[in-house]
Amino acid sequence: MGKYIIKRIINMIPTLLIVAIIVFLITRMIPGDPAAVMLGPQASVQEVEKLTEELGLNKPLHIQFFDYIGNLLQGDFGNSLTYNQPIADLIMDRFPNTVILAISALIIAIMIGVPAGIISATRQNSILDYTVTTISLIGVSMPVFWLGVMLVLYFSVNLGWFPSTGMGSMDEGFFTFIRHLILPSLTLATIPMSQFARITRSSMLEVVSQDYVKTARSKGVREFIVICKHAFKNAFTPLLTVMGLQISSLLGGAVLTETIFSWPGMGLLIIDAIEKRDFVVVQGTVLFIALIFVVVNLVVDILYKVVNPKINYSSNKGGTS
Amino acid sequence: MPEELLRVENLQVEFRSGLTTTKAVNGVSFTLNKKENIGIVGESGSGKSVTATSLLRLIPEPPGIISDGNIFFEEKDLLKLSKKEMRAIRGNEISMIFQDPSTSLNPVYTVGNQIIESIRTHEKISKKEAKQKAIKMLELVGIPSPEKRINMYPHEFSGGMRQRVMIAIALACNPKLLIADEPTTALDVTVQAQILDLMKNLQDEFNTAIIMITHDLGVVWETCDKVLVMYAGNVVESGTVEQIHDNPMHPYTWGLLDSQITESVNNDEPLPTIPGSPPDLSQEVRGCPFAARCPFAQDICFSKKPEMVETEDNHYVSCHFQTKDKRLDRKEQQNDRAIVKG
Ligand SMILES: Nc1ncnc2c1ncn2[C@@H]1O[C@H](COP(=O)(O)OP(=O)(O)O)[C@@H](O)[C@H]1O
Ligand SMILES: [Mg+2]
Repeated sequence: MGKYIIKRIINMIPTLLIVAIIVFLITRMIPGDPAAVMLGPQASVQEVEKLTEELGLNKPLHIQFFDYIGNLLQGDFGNSLTYNQPIADLIMDRFPNTVILAISALIIAIMIGVPAGIISATRQNSILDYTVTTISLIGVSMPVFWLGVMLVLYFSVNLGWFPSTGMGSMDEGFFTFIRHLILPSLTLATIPMSQFARITRSSMLEVVSQDYVKTARSKGVREFIVICKHAFKNAFTPLLTVMGLQISSLLGGAVLTETIFSWPGMGLLIIDAIEKRDFVVVQGTVLFIALIFVVVNLVVDILYKVVNPKINYSSNKGGTS
Repeated sequence: MPEELLRVENLQVEFRSGLTTTKAVNGVSFTLNKKENIGIVGESGSGKSVTATSLLRLIPEPPGIISDGNIFFEEKDLLKLSKKEMRAIRGNEISMIFQDPSTSLNPVYTVGNQIIESIRTHEKISKKEAKQKAIKMLELVGIPSPEKRINMYPHEFSGGMRQRVMIAIALACNPKLLIADEPTTALDVTVQAQILDLMKNLQDEFNTAIIMITHDLGVVWETCDKVLVMYAGNVVESGTVEQIHDNPMHPYTWGLLDSQITESVNNDEPLPTIPGSPPDLSQEVRGCPFAARCPFAQDICFSKKPEMVETEDNHYVSCHFQTKDKRLDRKEQQNDRAIVKG
């Protein structure tokens, strides 16, 4: 197992390198001179030239690239010109906010989506099943920005229950913090929640008619335990895959949700940086998000092993007699 | 005087989906005494498994439903018990093992976990005690080094070993009745014999009655006291093993006997089979369900369902032409077949 993890960590390096190359190329291909955009339309030609030189953008592309990679290897993500801060600090400022939003959305999605899927599968073709199936189908195809705006209109503007923008800090009290969190979390949770419900339902349906589920019932085990212990653990693998992908993308920052609610997370940072052509920030954050994806991926692969004892990474000791 | 353990009366089980109703079990009755073994035989699809699972009320509902009949287990009417009372019976007083040991154990839990679960569902004992008992059970079913094996997962066991584990689970709470639904069908021939031996030995030790479902009459001759021959959801013949073996009455039973592999069969000759296939259970059959395939069928067989008739002591058969004063000649059928082949 340990060996496997080390191997996987080493394998991450080429993945991240490829991402670094792609991000580098894309940021250079965005139309518009970054220096000119950053300085605004009033800037003189001399000023733009000076900034171009400071940014190193006048050097040949391959030199720029090696500078960039060289800095990365020393742990230097570069400095943002618009924020006047090292990228690493900027990410560390914003990332916790994204984590808060992601975790609360994830909790909502799991707490509602998974039980809904289980109940739906155990009562196949009932009204309850049709309700869950319909709602979750609407949920996965819901345009997030529309949902967010509707929630704001109704709950903030009409009812005034929740603030429409921003993030409450803990200093203002736990209640304020939660009030700010609810609408963005709900918005962000909708798609993963629906997806979890659908995946749970379909993989549970495959499992509940298996012989070992019948065996469990024939032992006199309570139906709740039959479903939650015997069936669910077997149905968990596909759910784990989807959860992994969702967790990565939630941690990478919810661009739409953060924009609607002005939530100061990674998503808002990227959008802001793209608008301001702060390519250093774009490079750094995208690379960081890629890192999140590969790490979550690794964790998910390790969890597969926990869920399914047939997967054996450390040795190929097969079945005995 | 043998003590009665189980009495099934006119059991009817249906599967309803949309407009079709499949009558999987259509009036099965039998009794089983303590420590007795009954074999249920018949082609696949004849309703053996549905009968067996209905006894534990484990058919999937919906689409299944036990539409009529009674199941008396000792003094209890199983069809009237609450869910909770029924759970107290499952795995405790009546256990079941299934055909395919590669799918009947949960792949994500150790075998120990699965045996202990069964024990602790019915007995209020500590985990540690339950584990000791589980190890003892594994030892009893012939699993080597049970202390180590108890922590292994089902995929680390062979088919025969897995079936032994299933038997350990089934017998862990010392049930009065064990239902074995084709317990050896999925196993190698040599392993089959070992499992049957094991079941016989354990039966002596645990004093369990067994319902042995099989389509292999050889298994019945070896292990059972009584036989129930099922066809299309009906019992067509029942009696003691001796009666069915020495004096089979129903043409369907003859067909089953003739299609068994025996040592005397000439290897060059293909095994005879019963021509045709079982009827569609979702269609109402007016006459004898076997009529369409029966070489002796007359008009009456297609229009009137035959009654169960006792032809000798406890030997019942449902055939218009097998009564105390009317007898079919089995030779005739065999001669017919010889002519067809010739
Ligand atoms: N879950 C089910 N849903 C619908 N029909 C079923 C189901 N289980 C069994 N049946 C019907 O019951 C009939 C008898 O099946 P079964 O008892 O499994 O036969 P056997 O065990 O004798 O081979 C089958 O032909 C099938 O039509
Ligand atoms: Mg069967």
